[in-house]
Amino acid sequence: MMKNADLLELGSRADELRKDLHPEGTVTFVVDRNINYTNICINRCRFCAFWREEDAPDAYLLDKGTLFSKIEETIALGGTQILIQGGLHPSLDIAYYVDLLQSIKQRFAINIHGFSPPEICYIADSADLTLRETLTILRGAGLDSVPGGGAEILSDRVREVVSPKKIRSSRWLAVMEQAHRLGMRTTATMMFGGIEEPDDIIEHLASIRDLQDRTGGFTAFIPWSFQPGNTELRKTLNVKSEKFGKGPQSAKLKTVDYPATAVEYLRVLALSRIYLDNIENIQASWVTQGLKLAQVSLRFGANDFGSTMIEENVVASAGCSYRVSKEDIVAAIKSSGFKAAQRDTYYRLLKKF
Amino acid sequence: MLKRIGEKILTGKRLTERDALRLFETDDIFSLGMLASAVAEKKNGKKAYFIRNRHINPTNICVNRCRFCAFSRSRGQDGAFTLTIEEIINKLRPQIHASHPISEVHIVGGLHPDWPFDYYLDMISGIRKQFPKLHIKAFTAVEVDYMSRISGLNLRETLAALKKSGLGSMPGGGAEIFDPAVRNRLCPEKISGRRWLEVTAAAHKAGIRTNATMLYGHIEKYEHRVDHLFRLRKLQDETGGFQAFIPLAYHPKNTRIRGRYTSGIDDLKTIAVSRLFLDNFDHIKAYWIMLGEKISQLALRFGADDIDGTIIEEKITHSAGGLTAEQLTADQLIHMIRKAGRVPVERDSFYRRVRAK
Repeated sequence: MMKNADLLELGSRADELRKDLHPEGTVTFVVDRNINYTNICINRCRFCAFWREEDAPDAYLLDKGTLFSKIEETIALGGTQILIQGGLHPSLDIAYYVDLLQSIKQRFAINIHGFSPPEICYIADSADLTLRETLTILRGAGLDSVPGGGAEILSDRVREVVSPKKIRSSRWLAVMEQAHRLGMRTTATMMFGGIEEPDDIIEHLASIRDLQDRTGGFTAFIPWSFQPGNTELRKTLNVKSEKFGKGPQSAKLKTVDYPATAVEYLRVLALSRIYLDNIENIQASWVTQGLKLAQVSLRFGANDFGSTMIEENVVASAGCSYRVSKEDIVAAIKSSGFKAAQRDTYYRLLKKF
Repeated sequence: MLKRIGEKILTGKRLTERDALRLFETDDIFSLGMLASAVAEKKNGKKAYFIRNRHINPTNICVNRCRFCAFSRSRGQDGAFTLTIEEIINKLRPQIHASHPISEVHIVGGLHPDWPFDYYLDMISGIRKQFPKLHIKAFTAVEVDYMSRISGLNLRETLAALKKSGLGSMPGGGAEIFDPAVRNRLCPEKISGRRWLEVTAAAHKAGIRTNATMLYGHIEKYEHRVDHLFRLRKLQDETGGFQAFIPLAYHPKNTRIRGRYTSGIDDLKTIAVSRLFLDNFDHIKAYWIMLGEKISQLALRFGADDIDGTIIEEKITHSAGGLTAEQLTADQLIHMIRKAGRVPVERDSFYRRVRAK
């Protein structure tokens, strides 16, 4: 299906399934802010344009004052969630994270959606704790839910090329499984449009579906496409992909010169809706695809517009920044023929528009 | 619901205005896309065309004040500009001497209050003289009407003089929406829809091929779009002079009518309905500057067979909040087309294949 099905047939099937799961015709979004507490990261993934060395002139670690004022602003704008993610900072330990979470929770009634699996693994390893112990401590300090970032493609042959220092697939899945077992909900993402083959995408979807069968902890699946601007992957893939396998290397390089096109994005999105029959929500990624394609996505399987993104730094640093207001998002949903509603982290409706 | 209309389409029967309206109103974008794709493939196979071209706007000074336009300025106003013929030639030179030269220049601009008709003729003949192989596609019906008025020549004479100077074909701009009531609210000073069709018919009679456009997504209703398409189809029946139809998505920034960007779904629908209703047009163009690269690429699966070209510099849509780049390379266009499952064909101004060097 991934390789051969007609685009419109895939879309039509995904659209039917979306209607069955969400017959009321409402498209949801969350009002939140993406807070990246640091860009210092030891992982240096080749697809990432956000990371810096600790001594780089534009390296940063947010102080609490800045963090709190960002949260205040978010609440003032009707926000219900903050997404806290950052680099793997070599000098931060678990005490830092515990203090960070506690100090936020003491001041604000807001859902903390934080720390993707690579960060959680890094915190666990630095503290010499198991994943379960680490998640228990973080949860006790105020962590509510875990974002699905860092999944990239859950296929180790791809990860070896694009993010050699990042955790392997099994660890990403292990973090999510532990989080689910502790009663935390998480999302799952997939970053495609790099050097992966269709088989790798299927492997990714299969891993997510299997875990969901066991735990039921994923709230949503969010496929988005690699943005090649300013990243090392674009520049050096030529050399690195020699490790990757057979096939003309120049062709492999070429596919990463451009972000995945609209047709490729919609195919993956529709396939995700069709294949992930145990995940309720599929998010359209307007941040990487733009509002117009996000609108079309609502007919190719997506039922959620993700976040209003009061602030977004990571994708923007790869030269991709679509900026829109909450009003733009509501209007975009409505002009696509759907009802618009603000939701919370757990997809409960808060406000209809 | 689309079954009856679908059967008509697949048996090659012409759609009525009512059919077109129902297609605009349908929620079934998948059937719409499949039908439009089938028609496009019947006409052009799996081919999708692009061209190496450059846009030139000789001036943004304009005597009209169309309410949807963010490009026009008054003389002396901030941001007003005019290009000399030499400046135009200098803008073209690098693209002519590039390893893959452009094959077409697209020239449209404001209705300048002072320029005489001779300036336009000198512009065309100057470019022609400098770059004899370059196809000059220039001046909308609105500009040609204006030239006829400032020169005191009739349409036939005006067009003959332009053609003699080296005009190769005309773009399709200025059509906006033909319906008089809507048009009067959008662009009261601009020539009427009837006059636009008259000028275009005269061009076709003079042996000048043109395109046709429609600006949608502002204050018009579906029936106005259908009326617009109907008039174009009728003229095409009479003259056969149209090459491509190009629906243009309204952009709201810096204009004097309110409104929002069109939805991606509406853009795709409009492409598909155009393909299905305009059975006598060979080509439907998804102009990427206005639809965005992503929707343009998808449009190739909803009935379009052309995505325009390299453009190089774009001022009109970008004045109104265009969200795209101003240029794409031929490689980028080819990549988009291939990934849509279509076969890229570099074309000249008359849809003849340009052999890759």
